[in-house]
Amino acid sequence: MPMTEAARIHGVLAEFDSPEALLQATRKAASAGFTEVEAYTPYPVHGLADSLGFTRTGIPALVFTGGLIGCISGYLLQYWVSVHAYPINVGGRPLHSWPSFIPVTFETTVLCAALFAVLGMLGLNGLPMPYHPVFNIPQFERASQDRFFLYILSRDEKFDLRETRRFLENLKPREVFDVPE
Amino acid sequence: MSPAETSRATETVPVIGPGHSMSSVTNKISSIVLTQKTPLSWYIGFAIAFGLMQLLLVSIVYLLVAGVGVWGLNVPVAWGLAIVNFVWWVGIGHAGTLISAILLLLRQQWRTSINRFAEAMTLFAVACAGLFPLLHLGRPQYFYWLMPYPSTMGVWPQFRSPLVWDVFAVSTYATVSLLFWYVGLIPDMATLRDRSRNRFARAIYGILAMGWRGSARHWRRYEQAYLLLAGLATPLVISVHSVVSFDFAVSLLPGWHATIFPPYFVAGAIFSGFAMVLTLAIPLRAVYGLQDFVTMRHIENMAKIMLVSGLIVCYGYGMEAFTGWYGGHDLEMFVMSNRAFGPYAPYYWALIFCNVGVTQLLWFKKIRTSVPILFVVALVANVGMWLERFIIVVTSLHRDFLPSSWDMYTPTFWDWSLYFGTIGLFFSLLFLFIRFLPMISIFEMRELLHDVESEGTADAHD
Repeated sequence: MPMTEAARIHGVLAEFDSPEALLQATRKAASAGFTEVEAYTPYPVHGLADSLGFTRTGIPALVFTGGLIGCISGYLLQYWVSVHAYPINVGGRPLHSWPSFIPVTFETTVLCAALFAVLGMLGLNGLPMPYHPVFNIPQFERASQDRFFLYILSRDEKFDLRETRRFLENLKPREVFDVPE
Repeated sequence: MSPAETSRATETVPVIGPGHSMSSVTNKISSIVLTQKTPLSWYIGFAIAFGLMQLLLVSIVYLLVAGVGVWGLNVPVAWGLAIVNFVWWVGIGHAGTLISAILLLLRQQWRTSINRFAEAMTLFAVACAGLFPLLHLGRPQYFYWLMPYPSTMGVWPQFRSPLVWDVFAVSTYATVSLLFWYVGLIPDMATLRDRSRNRFARAIYGILAMGWRGSARHWRRYEQAYLLLAGLATPLVISVHSVVSFDFAVSLLPGWHATIFPPYFVAGAIFSGFAMVLTLAIPLRAVYGLQDFVTMRHIENMAKIMLVSGLIVCYGYGMEAFTGWYGGHDLEMFVMSNRAFGPYAPYYWALIFCNVGVTQLLWFKKIRTSVPILFVVALVANVGMWLERFIIVVTSLHRDFLPSSWDMYTPTFWDWSLYFGTIGLFFSLLFLFIRFLPMISIFEMRELLHDVESEGTADAHD
């Protein structure tokens, strides 16, 4: 592929009317051997991420880790405060009275797991990202409303501007756009 | 509508009105924020709420200048309206989390059009609730002493105290509710960014959308994170009101020291929360013409949840009285009879009328599907739940173990002004929310529409 084109073009974007058409187009792109493919939809479409070969998100492991950190650190904080830093004898009850530490441990577990879920989701998705080349296409504003987009990036090894355009046009989209960098 | 359709509609009203497409749903909900003329009723409502909020500011300033002595608190009744209102507001918040988290896990499709403003309601209710314990501290500037931090005094919180658990529970609840709400808003912020024709609005919604593009990979992570948040919020919401009830139940006071308190408080919270959602949803759908999105199905389902949780609350009242009598303990029996026949008896019987009596109307489908009557029932339930907390807090305290220390508690003007002021704050925030953010989740409505179309009917999970 010619270097001048690759420098100017970020990818080629095709607009579809329905999630079913997009799903079919995505499968065709995968079987045609494209690997750097992205799909944009106004709501989560089931099976779309699978057809892009994206199955492991890393979110569950992250949330579990967050929960574990919250649980252990919450409990240890209470243990250390009540037994070492500021021991108070209340009616001869043990300083390490673990049942009383459960509610706060639970709350810190949930808090850390929730923070990991949200920040992890944003971080892995690379958000916030104020600029992205697809926003250069005016029609792309329908991606958050009622249109479905398939995007083949120019960094794909199989990418060739003319060929890829033709491939996408054969999928019967409403329109195909070249996306500048 | 053909006769056949009409008869089907009376059996199962759909979760979304007929004739809607993806763009009409997007258009209708986003236009309330972006293009529609703000209705006059919005201005009137906001003006009243904002006026009430000024009362809140005046009450807070006067309280800080003069001290908590301006309230009607005295020595046996050291927990007055501040705690009553705190529990009332926290309880109201619970319906939002219940709708957005528990109904999501149970795959109840009908939650979609009410979850967003129910979540907003949760946030604002928790904000109002949080004010009361802070102001009740007397020296609110030292609120951070409640948090474990290495201070020069070498003092740490007492983790065996339910009051410290409460700090953790409520602050975690507020944080997680905010996260849940914001995450739900991100894709809709992108829609508003893309539809807005005003540069300023575009920039603000653009910043809030954080560059959301609706990538399939992003959606996948988003959905997983959202589902896990729902899974985390579900036990959290149960824990919050359980911990609030521990504030009472862990003490040794007759009338408070009861093992039924945690489930009874949680049920009461759900009951009052759904009553508040109905109180808000009924006028909103009428003013903004959202009858297609918040259908009779939603209204009736919420009324059913009110009935079920209300019956659990009735059971709680019954068991409180029963254990008071069956335990055979003098003071327990005295507290129960003092509630029903003592100086606060009118409050007690008003509570029984509101929560035990009026709730029974919800058994009838006619009542559940009659919007004006349901609105009144919901208002009565809000009052009833406030009375319940008043009875729990005040009647257990005002006549304690030593008759020489008995006293009566009468809320002063400043008690009431602070309470009505927080109602002003709550509604001011709610009006601003309705004006500037989509009150119904747009992307979930699009998804619901697609599901409904591909299934042919919305009753798959009914």
